[in-house]
Amino acid sequence: MSRPRLIKESSAPLPLDRELLVRIHDLMVKTRVLEERLIQMYKQGHGYFWIGGPGEEAFNVPLGLLMKKGQGPEYDFLHAHYRQSGTLLALGEEPIGALRQMKNTASDPYSGGRNFAGHFSLRKYNVAPVSSPIEVQYSIAPGTAMVQKRVGGDGITIVTGGDAGTAEGDFATCLVWSSRPANPLPVLIIVTNNKWGISTSAEGQHGEPRVSERGKAFNIRSKTINGNDPVEAYLELKEAMEYVRKERKPFLLEANVSRLYGHSSASGANYVTDEVDCLKDFEKRLEQDGVLTRQQMDDLRNRYTEDMAAAARIARDEPLPEPESIWKHIFAEDK
Amino acid sequence: MANMAQAIRMALHYAETHLGVTDIFGEDVGAPLGGVFTCTQGLKTTWNSPLDERGIIGAAMGIAMGGGRPVAEIQFCDYVYNTIDLLKLAGNTCWSSNGDWNLPMVVRTPVGSGIRGSIYHSHSFDATMTHIPGWKVVMPSTPLDAYGLLISACKEQNPVMYLEPKALLRVKGEERIPGEPDDDRTLSKLIDAPLGDRSQWKPQWPEALEAFAVPIGKGKLVREGNQVTVVSYGRTLPLCARAAATLADEGISVEVIDLRSLWPYDWDMMKASIQKTGRVLFVNEDTEVTNFGEHLVRRTVDELFYSLLAPPRLLAGKFVPGIGLADTLEMASVPQQNDITTALRALAGEQP
Ligand SMILES: Cc1ncc(C[n+]2csc(CCOP(=O)(O)OP(=O)(O)O)c2C)c(N)n1
Repeated sequence: MSRPRLIKESSAPLPLDRELLVRIHDLMVKTRVLEERLIQMYKQGHGYFWIGGPGEEAFNVPLGLLMKKGQGPEYDFLHAHYRQSGTLLALGEEPIGALRQMKNTASDPYSGGRNFAGHFSLRKYNVAPVSSPIEVQYSIAPGTAMVQKRVGGDGITIVTGGDAGTAEGDFATCLVWSSRPANPLPVLIIVTNNKWGISTSAEGQHGEPRVSERGKAFNIRSKTINGNDPVEAYLELKEAMEYVRKERKPFLLEANVSRLYGHSSASGANYVTDEVDCLKDFEKRLEQDGVLTRQQMDDLRNRYTEDMAAAARIARDEPLPEPESIWKHIFAEDK
Repeated sequence: MANMAQAIRMALHYAETHLGVTDIFGEDVGAPLGGVFTCTQGLKTTWNSPLDERGIIGAAMGIAMGGGRPVAEIQFCDYVYNTIDLLKLAGNTCWSSNGDWNLPMVVRTPVGSGIRGSIYHSHSFDATMTHIPGWKVVMPSTPLDAYGLLISACKEQNPVMYLEPKALLRVKGEERIPGEPDDDRTLSKLIDAPLGDRSQWKPQWPEALEAFAVPIGKGKLVREGNQVTVVSYGRTLPLCARAAATLADEGISVEVIDLRSLWPYDWDMMKASIQKTGRVLFVNEDTEVTNFGEHLVRRTVDELFYSLLAPPRLLAGKFVPGIGLADTLEMASVPQQNDITTALRALAGEQP
């Protein structure tokens, strides 16, 4: 098991390059502003349902930055869930794609107006389609990992999901299939624990003190980290990914995160004041350490807010898919 | 001539050596058993999975996404039900990603009655499976078609559900698979694993096997006739053919269609036949309420009503919760030879 990180002492200097800190911050702000715009679009009737990842930027952005980005088994696969806009933006996606998906326009790059916000699909970067049934991605992930192991190289499979969903059998499937002694698999199994499953608290959902402990029974190396600290998240993810890349074995990482706007539009999508706001905390530290000034950070946020408003206006006026397009892509020959 | 299990094995051998199949897997699919129905003995890409159907379907999807070409097996279709949402997901992956992803994967599973399998080894899966868009669904009734449909399935860019009628797995074919040896004993010596210790055994695959493919979506006209059409697939198909032969002796001319593919299906062939005979009986052994044959009846009524001389009929399994083990119970639950002959005779005699 790895050493405790010194970064938790807020007096210690931030142990990442300035450039990287600024990049992480930039992407966190971009993600937050995107999510706020998505919520606003939903509230203005420019979308039917919102679900997304505000509060998880500190974890999701480093994840996207650390992924080996590309198509095919030599690169990392991501079997994501619906709170991962930060990861997608860190992979280089432009926010307007997510806005188009919210507005379900024909131009929605992830589903052509067919799927909910946050349900990304990006074959060019090995991002498997996000599905609404929770946890099924944990059953699929071992498959891509098997191919990667066979092909060789250092590509790994990353699968993410929520804590409540670990009650589904798919989570056990992933633990079993990735840790068979005869064929361990290069899977980074991630659980983002926001302590809720819609309205049911963790206490009503699962009894293990730490989800990561479920890895023990399978001999899977595992750890629980503070996913609200982007620096800790970056360093821990890096270490876990290096282990999976090199050893070709699974790692179970539990990241404790906040759920800043409730579960989804189904629970109101309003800012929750008693949760840790990872962006606010990070900005405090960046200011303290002289990495960025308050003014610079405010300017950045304002700029993104304007960009996002402009992009939302573009998306708003774009056409919906043609009704006949329901017949397209049922089978691959129709491509 | 090869039986269906041998035909499946030979097709899989061909597919893993020529068509890029990378993984043939499922419970007991690999050595030493090679499948509880022997369909995967001696193949080089086989492996035994954990006893986890969701894992099997999930892994197949992941392997297909990763660039592999999997053929996954669910030991009995009765056990595929806890994967139904994954099957739905596999079926909608291409569509929901607006064509970005496609899943070239095959799932094989034995279906139906006929081995005295009792409540959990006798189920049919045709109605459920044809209810999930985005899949191609096939069910052979002869070893040659089993071979040819599997070759096509392994070339597909889309998920294919390959339903194996258990009752026919051990029935020898009347047609030769291109490349199989002329005599059964030779074939068996070459490719059937010995009983007992198999650790040293290796199959000798017939070298002349060909890429003989039965196109998905094409039915087979098994017997021509002009008074009544019967459309079936899987276990009940040979029963229909025998019924037609019996009725020919009585002077009743029955046209027999083996659908082979349930999705997409050969409507053109059925339509031409029904327009010619004016009478049609659909036969399968899935439970009769919300049965795939009901869809065919509905389409027949919608499109061919004015060509009909009698109402289209469906002969299917009884709507009971399971197939009981006792011979009398199984026989009473799913269509038997006599039921089919009787139903066809009655339909042929029905007057407007
Ligand atoms: C199989 C399934 N059951 C129920 C739902 C409805 N649902 C959507 S999200 C959710 C809660 C998920 O909680 P958790 O796994 O902790 O993830 P979080 O959203 O908190 O990140 C539920 C019950 C679903 N989408 N899929």
